[in-house]
Amino acid sequence: MAAAPQGDAYVAFKHVQKSYDGVSLVVKDLNLDIAKGEFLTMLGPSGSGKTTCLMMLAGFETATHGEILLDGRNINMVPPHKRGIGMVFQNYALFPHMTVGENLSFPLEVRGMGKDERETRIKRALDMVQMGAFAARRPAQLSGGQQQRIALARALVFDPALVLMDEPLGALDKQLREHMQFEIKHLHESLGITVVYVTHDQGEALTMSDRIAVFNDGRIQQLASPADLYERPENSFVAGFIGENNKLPGTIEELSGDKALVRLATGEVIDATPVNIREKGQQTLVSIRPERVEFKPGMMPEGAHTLDAEVIEVIYMGDILRAVLRVAGSDGFVMKMRNTLGQTRLSAGDRIKVGWHPQDARALDVI
Amino acid sequence: MTDATAPLTTTDGRPLKAALAAAGARARRRALFLVLPLLIFVMITFVIPIGQMLHQSFYNPYFSRNAPNVAAWFAGNPVGTEPDEAAYAALAEDFRAMQAAKTAGEAATRVNYTLPETRSLITKTARNAGDLAPPYKEAFLAIDKKWADPAVWQAMRSSSTAYTSDFYLIAADFERAADGTVQKVPDKQRIYVKLFIKTFILSALITVICLLLAFPIAHLLATLPMAKANLLMILVLLPFWTSLLVRTTSWIVLLQQKGVVNETFVALGLVGDGNRLNLIYNQTGTIIVMTHILLPFMVLPLYSVMRVIPPSYARAARSLGATSWTTFRRIYLPQTLPGIGAGALLVFILAVGYYITPALVGGADGQLISNLIDFHMDKSNWSLAAALSALLLVGVLLLYWLYDRLVGIDKLKLG
Amino acid sequence: MKRLLILTTAFGALALPATADEITVMGWGGAYTASQIEAYHKPFTAATGTTVVSVDSDNPATPIKAQVEANNVTVDVAILEIADAVRLCDEGVIIPIDPASLPAGVDGTAAADDFLPGTLTECMVPTDIFSTIIAYDASKYAEGEGPKTIADFFDTEKFPGKRGIRKSPKVTLEMALMADGVPAGEVYAMLETPEGLDRAFAKLDTIKADAVFWEAGAQPPQLLADGEVVMTMAYNGRIFNAAQQEGKPFDIVWDGQVYEWEGMSIPKGAPNEAAALEFVKFATSSEPAAKAAEFISYGPPRKSSASLVGNIQGTDQPMSPNLPTATENLTNALASSLDFWADRDTELGERYNAWLAAN
Repeated sequence: MAAAPQGDAYVAFKHVQKSYDGVSLVVKDLNLDIAKGEFLTMLGPSGSGKTTCLMMLAGFETATHGEILLDGRNINMVPPHKRGIGMVFQNYALFPHMTVGENLSFPLEVRGMGKDERETRIKRALDMVQMGAFAARRPAQLSGGQQQRIALARALVFDPALVLMDEPLGALDKQLREHMQFEIKHLHESLGITVVYVTHDQGEALTMSDRIAVFNDGRIQQLASPADLYERPENSFVAGFIGENNKLPGTIEELSGDKALVRLATGEVIDATPVNIREKGQQTLVSIRPERVEFKPGMMPEGAHTLDAEVIEVIYMGDILRAVLRVAGSDGFVMKMRNTLGQTRLSAGDRIKVGWHPQDARALDVI
Repeated sequence: MTDATAPLTTTDGRPLKAALAAAGARARRRALFLVLPLLIFVMITFVIPIGQMLHQSFYNPYFSRNAPNVAAWFAGNPVGTEPDEAAYAALAEDFRAMQAAKTAGEAATRVNYTLPETRSLITKTARNAGDLAPPYKEAFLAIDKKWADPAVWQAMRSSSTAYTSDFYLIAADFERAADGTVQKVPDKQRIYVKLFIKTFILSALITVICLLLAFPIAHLLATLPMAKANLLMILVLLPFWTSLLVRTTSWIVLLQQKGVVNETFVALGLVGDGNRLNLIYNQTGTIIVMTHILLPFMVLPLYSVMRVIPPSYARAARSLGATSWTTFRRIYLPQTLPGIGAGALLVFILAVGYYITPALVGGADGQLISNLIDFHMDKSNWSLAAALSALLLVGVLLLYWLYDRLVGIDKLKLG
Repeated sequence: MKRLLILTTAFGALALPATADEITVMGWGGAYTASQIEAYHKPFTAATGTTVVSVDSDNPATPIKAQVEANNVTVDVAILEIADAVRLCDEGVIIPIDPASLPAGVDGTAAADDFLPGTLTECMVPTDIFSTIIAYDASKYAEGEGPKTIADFFDTEKFPGKRGIRKSPKVTLEMALMADGVPAGEVYAMLETPEGLDRAFAKLDTIKADAVFWEAGAQPPQLLADGEVVMTMAYNGRIFNAAQQEGKPFDIVWDGQVYEWEGMSIPKGAPNEAAALEFVKFATSSEPAAKAAEFISYGPPRKSSASLVGNIQGTDQPMSPNLPTATENLTNALASSLDFWADRDTELGERYNAWLAAN
């Protein structure tokens, strides 16, 4: 666990529940502490409750149960405009009838700030996002990327300590999105602000966050640093949601400390590291990252179990080669190989043996 | 490489512009063909009648074409000339022709518009045209002494040209004195200017009430879930599906002295039985009923604008520190302006020309200018009705122009 | 609701021209047209085989003028008020009808002498005499306590409550002067002077606060029935119908009645002029005129018809006392003046509207 908040959290959700219809819960018993200066991402598929959490924090939704603390203070009853939280919206929500300068001026005016100070701050905020020359433009005259920068500048211009971002890069093309990810990360570091970021794009979450809370079905499935999340998913949902994964169903044959033997449905036995496994005979799903699958005997640990595999096809992807294999009776097993000069070239129909380090194969409980 | 200054050509050497025009011509011809029926329809049912109406407002040939001789005398003698024997002789000749052609009535009607009480004078004289003999002046005076009145001659002079501004003068509460100068009509007869002002003020009031009532409804419609919004929308549109007369009559049932509203108030003890409220057959009735009838015209444009304002704007404003009132005033309201503008313009223009409702429920003081236009059409005084309509049209166009200058017509959103 | 510009009429009048064995009569609708269908149309069709098509208008004078000016006449016979008929006759919209060609009365009197004096004009043959009277709801007053004179209509102290007043100066101004004590015979002479006009308007001022103004003839009985007014100016036929057919407790004050007459005219260029003339001759003869009076309480204009008027249709009560032409109803009555209104219709209309709009 990286950068887990110590002592007083800056933002805290305590046993928060949310229901819209009084029948079902959208958010089920959420507990989450966010440290000051942290970049926390709420990641999950749509309908997982992540945006609802963000809206409750912003004050646009009220928690049905539980409390939300900001800097130690319960903000359940504080209206949104008194929370002092900056927010960047999915479609920027730049006021179309105002110029860029007026958009930025708005939060300062409602705070009763004088004209000179406003101008200084607007200029500083626009320079910060390299949009200094655009103060007189209307939002409609700007490109998507430019609007995104203005939205960012507007959320920051009144110096909030906490900034919420609701899928802010969703409307941008890939290249621009990656560029903006870097800029947002950079701003976060240089300003020392706390950011709560909502996205369904795992790549974005992995690139930008200090910690990621993976949401599904109204619960946080795992809260961890990007590396932990990727390397050590704690359940099959997280394993499946973050990155690509090979899944082999089976039962626990032997269980000893951090080692387990798993018997697959087809009868073969493989090594795995048990996660959330409690007893022998339990159903499990063994998860292996495609880039951790080895087929050259020298790369596999001594005495490792191997499986017979048949190459169905090899896809050339530039930096890597992607082989689709038939393993243990299923056709969808993927193996990634680095495209190096010395790489062994496989072709369809080749018969090989595949294996892995036991710590790369995680036997997860079935959800 | 094409020279920058030389016109571009296609590969076979035709100028690019000509080629483009030729390629587009077929599509344009087809487009024209498709809109042609509508174009013809609009021309016949709208453009031509309006043009005719405008023409009638300053064209009335009924005296000039039936009295060419006296018209010629007027043309040859300046305003203020005492009518001499030649004038009477010319008039006598015209009267004989009118009697033969049975056109004295229409000629008399025209002069009567300018000067009341000349109608019977002219028709009576025409009936006796056979008795007219020199000396003509005495002959005319023998039929009626009024022929010596310079005002009668001035009225004929001003009727002696087919094109006249008389009807616009009348429509603006002016008249021509006996010496041809323009003056205000006596106080007791001044009505048009007052009524124009009243029409515009009442219409503005109705527009404002409609806006105040429609804004929350439209907002509700725009924010409710689709199923509920549709149901509510049906309720809003329901009046559209009911005949105007039925709706107006229903209001009479509701609002009259012994109507539902008054009976309820009396039953509740809000008003005494002897002091029932006068809610209809007056200005109040006109305002209530017209507001009801025109309300959908305000709701629909507002709704169509509000529906596409994403809720994220209001949220953004709130997150930026604005109170809900500030958010409404500075963020929501400005974005609904196109709808407000469209709705207000629509309601106002409809209200200004409304006829049936004020006629039925307006009583004495709830009348609008359209009721007077109707009055004159009833009296077959089309020229004056047309002049009043033209002034109304000018007023509305002026407003439209003002709207364009202030808000911009491109911002208009009707739905 | 009505009344389009002449040109729209011209473009819109796509009705097929009536065939020779069919004529089109434009009337005013309601019980009035119903009485004419019974008394004129049906017997005429029975006698000649010519079908009579009846169309309604708020005032046929307006559409027929538009039709004639647009050279697209679809109406053969129009029922007109006398004032409109005189005006349209002067304007050449309707054609002259020779009185000598009209049938003599049943007693053999020549047509010119049989019609009440002054009613037969160049272009219109009268069909009936109607009157504007004061009507009141008898159930609101004790027996014999109701209004009896035209002055009572203007007396809001003795008879408190709202009054229905016609939204037109015609008849209204005459009644105001008569209520102010001017004898019927002097009313028009007085109205021709500015002082007389001011006096009439001043009298109207005294009841303006209690006035409900009506426009269509159907409104006054409704206003009375709704209790919206205690008494109202009204057309006698409408009140008679409401009382007779709907059993309303309405009574009529004949004192100060202002009567006019209506009749038939043929527009210039009527599609079936000859058949139209036959119809006019038939409908205005003694018996049909008397017959019509049994359906609606409008008086027959021929002297020879008076004795032919029978009982109210469907009852055994005589119609005669309900007619404006009954002797006892004529003690203080005024015949509407053609010339006065032909000259001053527009002018007084404007002044009346100005008076209405002023607060």
